[in-house]
Amino acid sequence: MGAPIEFEIRRRTLVASSAAVAIGAATGQRSGAQSRAALTPSGAEDSTITLTVNGVEQELTIDNRTTLLDLLRENLKLTGTKKGCDHGQCGACTCTVNGQRVNSCLSLAVMHDGDEIQSIEGVGTPDDLDPMQAAFVANDGFQCGYCTPGQIMSARSVLDEIRAGIPSHVTDDLNAQIEVTDDEIRERMSGNICRCGAYSNILAAITKVAEEQA
Amino acid sequence: MEFNEPAGENVFDHSKVVGRPTPRVDGPLKVSGRAPYAYERHDVAEGQLVGYPVVSTIAQGRITNMETEAALNAPGVVAIVTTLETGEMPIPSDMNVAPLFGGAEVAHYHQAIGVVVADTLEQARAAAALIKVDYDVTKGSYDLEAAWQEKREDRSDPVSRVGDFEAAFEAAEVTLDQEYRTPSQSHAMMEPHASIAAWKDGKLTVWTSNQMIEWTRQALATTLEMDPEDVRIDSPFIGGGFGSKLFLRADSVLAALGARKAGRPVKVMLPRPMVMNNTTHRASTIQRIRIGAQQDGKITAIAHEAISHTFPGGDGENAISQTQKFYAGENRLIVKHLAEMHLPEANAMRAPGEAAGLMALEIAMDEMAEKLGMDPAEFRAINDTQVDPEDPDKPFSERHFVECLNRGSEAFGWGDRNATPGQRRDGNWLIGHGMAGAYRGSPAQDSGARVRLQPDGRLIVETDMTDIGTGSYTIIAQTAAETMGLPLDMVEVRLGDSDFPVSAGSGGQWGAASSTAGTYAACLALRSEIAKKIGVNDTDSLTFKNAGVRTGEKQMTLASIASEGEIVAEYTMEFSDSRDEEIVSTFAAHFVEVGVHVATGEIRLRRMLAACDAGRILNPITARSQVIGGMVMGVGAAMMEDLAIDEGRGFFVTHDLANYEVPVHMDIPDQEVIFLDTLDPQSSPLKAKGVGELGLCGVAAAVANAVYNATGVRVRDYPVTLDKYLDQLPAV
Ligand code: FES
Ligand code: FES
Repeated sequence: MGAPIEFEIRRRTLVASSAAVAIGAATGQRSGAQSRAALTPSGAEDSTITLTVNGVEQELTIDNRTTLLDLLRENLKLTGTKKGCDHGQCGACTCTVNGQRVNSCLSLAVMHDGDEIQSIEGVGTPDDLDPMQAAFVANDGFQCGYCTPGQIMSARSVLDEIRAGIPSHVTDDLNAQIEVTDDEIRERMSGNICRCGAYSNILAAITKVAEEQA
Repeated sequence: MEFNEPAGENVFDHSKVVGRPTPRVDGPLKVSGRAPYAYERHDVAEGQLVGYPVVSTIAQGRITNMETEAALNAPGVVAIVTTLETGEMPIPSDMNVAPLFGGAEVAHYHQAIGVVVADTLEQARAAAALIKVDYDVTKGSYDLEAAWQEKREDRSDPVSRVGDFEAAFEAAEVTLDQEYRTPSQSHAMMEPHASIAAWKDGKLTVWTSNQMIEWTRQALATTLEMDPEDVRIDSPFIGGGFGSKLFLRADSVLAALGARKAGRPVKVMLPRPMVMNNTTHRASTIQRIRIGAQQDGKITAIAHEAISHTFPGGDGENAISQTQKFYAGENRLIVKHLAEMHLPEANAMRAPGEAAGLMALEIAMDEMAEKLGMDPAEFRAINDTQVDPEDPDKPFSERHFVECLNRGSEAFGWGDRNATPGQRRDGNWLIGHGMAGAYRGSPAQDSGARVRLQPDGRLIVETDMTDIGTGSYTIIAQTAAETMGLPLDMVEVRLGDSDFPVSAGSGGQWGAASSTAGTYAACLALRSEIAKKIGVNDTDSLTFKNAGVRTGEKQMTLASIASEGEIVAEYTMEFSDSRDEEIVSTFAAHFVEVGVHVATGEIRLRRMLAACDAGRILNPITARSQVIGGMVMGVGAAMMEDLAIDEGRGFFVTHDLANYEVPVHMDIPDQEVIFLDTLDPQSSPLKAKGVGELGLCGVAAAVANAVYNATGVRVRDYPVTLDKYLDQLPAV
């Protein structure tokens, strides 16, 4: 008996699509791969992009399959942005693109030519913490710390989003100015999982910053 | 140094640092993204390659062929290691039963069967998908219900029997006989297992994410048939563990084998969808509880019989363990069954045994209280015991459970609740209140540390202890600062390196009490070294204070004493058997308020409170975080967490963070934690106990009891999800 889940069909599909890509690609940068083009996995070409990361412009030639998350963590060695799932399920990889928070694991780096990226490293340093980072320390808004950069990136964006009048699932009155309530914060932070369960303390940290900025 | 009698008065009884709310010393590194976790250590080894795991897609059987040629020829691929070429490898340790890698046998789904090493992740992952594996599948049974039906009446080999349970239960005025079910659960820590491995001159270094450094060093040496001296493990930051990182896992083995074959360092992170089937989990259980009591509430008979699945040779989930100690009752019966299955290996997850056992026992106690017409908190208090109910000659060292119940009730306003289910409403919400007791043992393990007084007066503490978010960095720094009379910022703590003295490690909630004891022992040794250095015979005549030492009239700074070179001391605190002459345990009472929507049945938690008795609280900030974090996990256990088993194919279907749901921000309400801050001299020199697992124990039952109080529907099958009660809700 073979494997209960048959991979044959998928493999054939894969090979076919790889060939299509190989034919369609204008620049065959991988000389060594030519002879085995039929076996080259789909999308295995490079692109050159320019983007700004934490204020520094970068030109990079990257594998088209590289996520924004791996571009930060691997190519630029900015490992503050975390990989918790690589599937948009946990929020550990949250950073901002042109000022808006994204799950960087769900976004291919090649889509960000010309974009401005901010990661946790651009927010503050151990000796010079941003108010949100300091509030996380003061309120013990973390334990293991692995979800923390994502929580902080999200938290900063959440306050921006509320100020900008962007409603959430729990916003009652779409015409009134949105208030920074516990539920608004909880709802908007719910894409950032903390398995250590620091939620109450994270809420306290965000609330403190919101009050200071009010 | 041996801890062989209860701690007397010592420096911690006049503490200035220990016991004070102290923000985490590693906080700034973590919030700025500068704390280096395992997969992120670009700096430790040049030329790192990336390994992508290949895993089995059957639960049990034999690999007949692995076709790797296409993968080998794929771009960027440097090496491939397959389980067939490696051949069978030793089981890593006697605490594990499932093989991690090696040989043609497949023992469970997503067992590692290969690793593809390439220049980049993208290349390795794509190439791994080109590997074709043929299997001979062995059909297995994965049906716990069926196993339970077979073993339910078998009491031939009980864990314990005291008195005559059957007769006492028969004679009892009020009885309860119910079954409860808890699903398999996953640790689901946020950082997946990850390792970087590098070989140099036959020696192996692995930078990884692991709770127990020495266990893992030994296990890796065993697996690779190496001298442990040639293996180094380093794990300074760990993105959560909860038991999942107690042992050597496949990421380390794959990285080591890949690096050996590629001739370059290799890093491997388990992709999230592989974590839950490749690693360990908490086994599902079916539990039968019978309680008999007199009308006055005194328990006369109690039986807890449970079955859980386990990998062959394993121990499953010890759901009966708390029932042996928690409540009084003269006639007792404890039975544990195992159903061997080729599911992934069941092993320790936070509060192994108690977490699942209390999910059942504490509903049973609630049901029993209702039958007796008693307040459930009072019913528990009536059945408190200060001695081991199985061995009345053995006392608890310190047990303040009743105080937890009283303090918790009062702070929560428990007395104001409506005891009749389904009677309280707030708008469209049915309001319910529930409570539960919590019990968790508090073991200790030998723990060593090295302390190095620097010429500038700073102190460096080195120990292979780990900080998995528990706050070890901070409490160890506090302990050293206290003992040496130093300000906290003059102490630097270094953890997680197997080159440091062997510690207790992080597990079984023994870490805090044990590792601070080890640090204390090393600091006492350093005090002696300092005494020698300044020519004083009686170390006890010295006073360590304000970064200096005073003897009689003389006052010197520690910096001046070490000015010619660092002074080093190393010591291990050994816990002798005398600690076990009394039962050292922790206790809590949990209180929960929920709202259940009258129409949709949606459950929303409204507030939670825990009152904890866990010895001296070394740092109220980090201890509280441990407890609220446990409460969050308890909410998950109550309401959503479920590693659903595919009973046909033998694997966990819900194997990522989208399908295995854990609580998010919106699920968690206001939380309050009360610490009694009792001292337990029997436990450790600091009179401290564990708290990290206690916070989880009992929480799920408190939630389930609150849902019952809100709706009148009793769900005995976790998680408490809509499908199990929606059709029974009171008419709108
Ligand atoms: S790593 Fe991106 S959401 Fe989890
Ligand atoms: S701090 Fe550990 S997952 Fe949030």
